[in-house]
Amino acid sequence: MTDVTPYVVLSAILFSIGAVGVLTRRNAIVVFMCVELMLNACNLALVAFAKQHGNLDGQVAAFFVMVVAAAEVVVGLAIIMTIFRTRRSASVDDASLLKY
Amino acid sequence: MTAFWILAPVMVVCALGILVVRKAVHAALLLATVMISLAVLYAVLEAPFLFVVQIIVYTGAILMLFLFVVMLVGVDASDSLVETIRGQRSAAVVAGIALGALLLVGVSQLSLGATVGLEEANAGGNIEGLADLLFSRYVLVFEVTAALLITAALGAMVLAHRERTSAKPGQAELAAQRVRDFGTKGLHLGPLPAPGVYARHNAVDTPALLPDGTPAETSVSQTLAARGTIRHAPDLADDIEDVQRALGGPAGGAGTPADTSAGSGHNTENPSTGNATGAGGPGASGTGTDEEAHR
Repeated sequence: MTDVTPYVVLSAILFSIGAVGVLTRRNAIVVFMCVELMLNACNLALVAFAKQHGNLDGQVAAFFVMVVAAAEVVVGLAIIMTIFRTRRSASVDDASLLKY
Repeated sequence: MTAFWILAPVMVVCALGILVVRKAVHAALLLATVMISLAVLYAVLEAPFLFVVQIIVYTGAILMLFLFVVMLVGVDASDSLVETIRGQRSAAVVAGIALGALLLVGVSQLSLGATVGLEEANAGGNIEGLADLLFSRYVLVFEVTAALLITAALGAMVLAHRERTSAKPGQAELAAQRVRDFGTKGLHLGPLPAPGVYARHNAVDTPALLPDGTPAETSVSQTLAARGTIRHAPDLADDIEDVQRALGGPAGGAGTPADTSAGSGHNTENPSTGNATGAGGPGASGTGTDEEAHR
């Protein structure tokens, strides 16, 4: 029986990379992609733990994460489109009107 | 585990690539690589249903949506490297490494014990097992998911919809406006000039040449000009000279130098004299037309 620890480690690495991407990238679309990367990393951990424990609850949870991610991407990209339409920019720095 | 040790480095490298590439399209392609690798890992982890869903939903639907929006947002989507908050980037990298170290230390501290494996749970089929759970224990969550999807679809439609504030101008109005512009501002009345069509290039990214040999700015799409993917007339002239040299070598003869000047003259500074020599020049006309046909 194979050990699932490497999968969990990979999941942790991907999650950290996604978090760094969210914090450093300026383009709203790329920030969104990094959020997707973090969600995917969580899914990998869920599936790995499902195998570890020998039941399918983890896989069901990963399935729900995918559904929520799909809904989130649709709304998020629509918001990015709206912001781009009014401000002609997809940069997260430009949407700072509430600061002043 | 072989698949894991092959795919894990690929995934980490691609994920790091997302952090450094400038263009959003490249980031999307790297993310697609990560997601397909993840799908393979799901298959290895005895989750065939999630393997298929990952490919269909993530790489099929979500990434296509990303690419769609990247195409809509378009030309200036590349990231600026200017830091708006001083030291924010390095601080974020440090925080990310700290988070990664925290997670890895946490994982290394725990011992997972023997893996149970999914042979028993998957005995009646993975999809059947998932369906059993989904429609018994998680049926309420499933119903809420339906509400969420409807809300998301409606929200996207409301957000992306744009109400027209003025009537759409028809063909008659546009024609009237064009004539009005001609009358008041003296703008050109006819359609825009077509892009350049030469013997070897008839693509829309090649500008037409004005009588004085300069490229006509209005003959190519502004979008292409903004992307900087326009072929310039001098480059075309270089091309033609190369071909002429290759053709002129074996042909030899007295007409070759005159032909070369005529060929380059077509596309650079002096097309009128070039045309005159090429068409009406004595002696050179025979080889000239021959090489025109080759070009």
